[in-house]
Amino acid sequence: MNGLFDDYNPGAYYCELTGKSGSPLDHTRTIQDWLNKIRPMTLRRRARDCERELYNLGITFTVYSEANAIDRVLPFDVIPRPIAAEEWKRLERGLVQRVTAINHFLHDIYGAGKILADGVVPEDLVKGNSNFRAEMIGVDIPHNTYVNICGVDLVRDKDGQFCVLEDNARTPSGVSYVIENRHLMQRAFPDLIAGIGIRPVSDYGIRLRDALADMAPAQVLDPQIVLMSPGAYNSAYFEHVFLAREMGVPLVEGRDMVIDNGLVYMKTTAGPRRVDVIYRRIDDDFIDPLAFNSNSMLGVPGIMDVYRRGRVTLVNAVGTGVADDKAVYAYMPRIIKYYLDEDAIIPNVETHICREKDALQFTLDHMADLVVKPVGESGGYGVVVGPRSSAAELENCRNLLLARPENFISQPMIDLSVCPTLVDAGIEPRHVDLRPFLVTGKNTWVMPGGLTRVALKKDSLIVNSSQGGGTKDTWVLA
Amino acid sequence: MHSLLARFAENGFWMAQYMERVENLARILDVNESFARDSAGEPAWLPIIQLYADDEHFFTHYREATAENVVQFYVINRTNPNSIVSSVWAARENARSLRHLISIEVWSQLNVFYKFVSGLRPRDLRLGELSHLCQELKEGCQLHTGIVEGTTFRDQGWTFYQLGKMIARADQTTRLLDMKYHRLLPNVADVGSPIDVSQWNALLRSVAGYHGYRRVRPSGMTPETVAEFILMNPEFPRSVVSCVRQIRHYHDRLNQDPNLAGVAFAPSGLDDLDNMLSVPIQQVTREGLHEYLDRIQINLQSLASAIAWSYFGGEADASAEGGSVSSTQSQG
Repeated sequence: MNGLFDDYNPGAYYCELTGKSGSPLDHTRTIQDWLNKIRPMTLRRRARDCERELYNLGITFTVYSEANAIDRVLPFDVIPRPIAAEEWKRLERGLVQRVTAINHFLHDIYGAGKILADGVVPEDLVKGNSNFRAEMIGVDIPHNTYVNICGVDLVRDKDGQFCVLEDNARTPSGVSYVIENRHLMQRAFPDLIAGIGIRPVSDYGIRLRDALADMAPAQVLDPQIVLMSPGAYNSAYFEHVFLAREMGVPLVEGRDMVIDNGLVYMKTTAGPRRVDVIYRRIDDDFIDPLAFNSNSMLGVPGIMDVYRRGRVTLVNAVGTGVADDKAVYAYMPRIIKYYLDEDAIIPNVETHICREKDALQFTLDHMADLVVKPVGESGGYGVVVGPRSSAAELENCRNLLLARPENFISQPMIDLSVCPTLVDAGIEPRHVDLRPFLVTGKNTWVMPGGLTRVALKKDSLIVNSSQGGGTKDTWVLA
Repeated sequence: MHSLLARFAENGFWMAQYMERVENLARILDVNESFARDSAGEPAWLPIIQLYADDEHFFTHYREATAENVVQFYVINRTNPNSIVSSVWAARENARSLRHLISIEVWSQLNVFYKFVSGLRPRDLRLGELSHLCQELKEGCQLHTGIVEGTTFRDQGWTFYQLGKMIARADQTTRLLDMKYHRLLPNVADVGSPIDVSQWNALLRSVAGYHGYRRVRPSGMTPETVAEFILMNPEFPRSVVSCVRQIRHYHDRLNQDPNLAGVAFAPSGLDDLDNMLSVPIQQVTREGLHEYLDRIQINLQSLASAIAWSYFGGEADASAEGGSVSSTQSQG
């Protein structure tokens, strides 16, 4: 019988299952042997069952058009992405280090401003950043934890080295898929899972709830925690439902809450009830029409004022967006060094900060090989990918760079690692990334796993769900 | 959980109402199909349109109240807010808001059921298929009811769900009786004829009451005794009196809930319903059944409004979730 992997060839890329050599890594041998024994038809049938189950369980995101709501399933690939125990330990340390430094940084820039005074990070980069919220200056945050929920996007390069591509310190999403993917695999592949020690991910809700309770305002012993969603029409609504359910807390919207006498209340069947901690899945801009975007219908008028007085806690804190900005990202190794006196355990992708003279020159000299990214943006807008750009596009980019170098960073193209993925023709390599999640209250906990996103299109490096990306179950091995 | 968001109470209330309506509509269409077959060529489909006061809406879409048109209008027409597809959609939208409170099984079944209903095409509604289809629709609703019963946490949300369900069921029962009673009665010549009996028979079957009726009245069948059974038999689960007893039970539950201290809805409306339901059936028919049923419907409606005022923070208007789908049925 032919094995599924007979024709599998990851080429020059690092493969999550077969490494660089083409033969299984020690920790993936059991998985590959098992996959090699299963009949392709059986694998396909189970994959189809998974897809149907996702729909039936409503693990979907909703696309709304004028007259209809169409529920779509985020494509799921059944071949898992394993991570060795030792490797995970190192990643875990690196992730905790990173979020610790980010919280120090936020506390500093909204407080004493030492890192700016010492010239480690340019002041205008921070205070001139569109995500810097002057409203947060001098506000006390419990445990100085600004970023309670953090998702860090990691990629593995050609040599198998993990590095950080991006920090997500605002409202990172995707954790519900991590847990649901695992449940799905447990139902569809009990025979595979039985032989392998995989660290569980299902206590995320409990950890999150504990961290949120840590964040209660002073003197509140039994805090009323709520999860605040923009509503059922938000594309991440499933995740909001999921998390509210896991934590056993009400899933509220702005319209369910009012401010009275300096406190936040939610409207219940028994009248108003005080709210103490709000895990809000809504951007800073929309949280309070009196403080920020005055057109916002999603927020609660006056909530910023209550928050600033410490009588309700918003999670994540307002103003954390400045820490995951691309410009600040570039300084992260220096930020870690500054606060913790340690070298970054997980390196950044090599980044050239164009406001620095040598970096600008390097970028201009190697533009055709580099990715040039504007800072202060998110979602990949305005990014120029050198190797895939025309001469005219490069020329245009050069002019922008020369006019406002401080608006740009540049990075080399990264050859993302691949993972075997079930496609029409059998099993083929597809590029993947990894988003682990960290939860911080008094302390930081790293969920053993993370969202593995996979670019389902051949050769594509874009793993975003909006552009043909799917997900895989991530197995951190015990 | 100690407190329930007002919006969720409302969502539960409406989710139950929509699903109850779907079940009743499926029952009505099913039994009507039998009527149409029995009564030689009689255009039996118009009364359904009148039952829901949909004349105007229907005739802007269709020229004639043929079986085909009426069935399409009530099963798959999305412009009709009373259609099965619209109601299941609205139930599901309410469920969507409640997803973190309801069980995954409830959501999953509703999801699959909606997928089934929204996939129905005209060819699935052919008269020969109708009985089978109605059976499937009914079973979809019963599956929902069963899963809710077996998996729902018995908190306030459950109470509001049950209140919505019982109010809708009582309302539907009065409407069904009203429609059939008037369609069946006028033909004095037919009273006691085989056609007449088979029609009362079908009416009882449509509410799953035939066997119960037979246990109470082993022989004979008159319009009055059928009406009495459907309205006032306390053992029959779809009778108005059964629903009102359930409503009182859940009303008391709310009033006794320590988390709801200080909030209550007045039981005077329930007392009125009890009084009406203890009037002898002979007196009811003498004074006019139609007016009587109307008064019951109005009472149920004000009960729903009282619940909305006390617990939802305003008028019950079905806008909870489900957007423009309005409750034309309960306003009729």
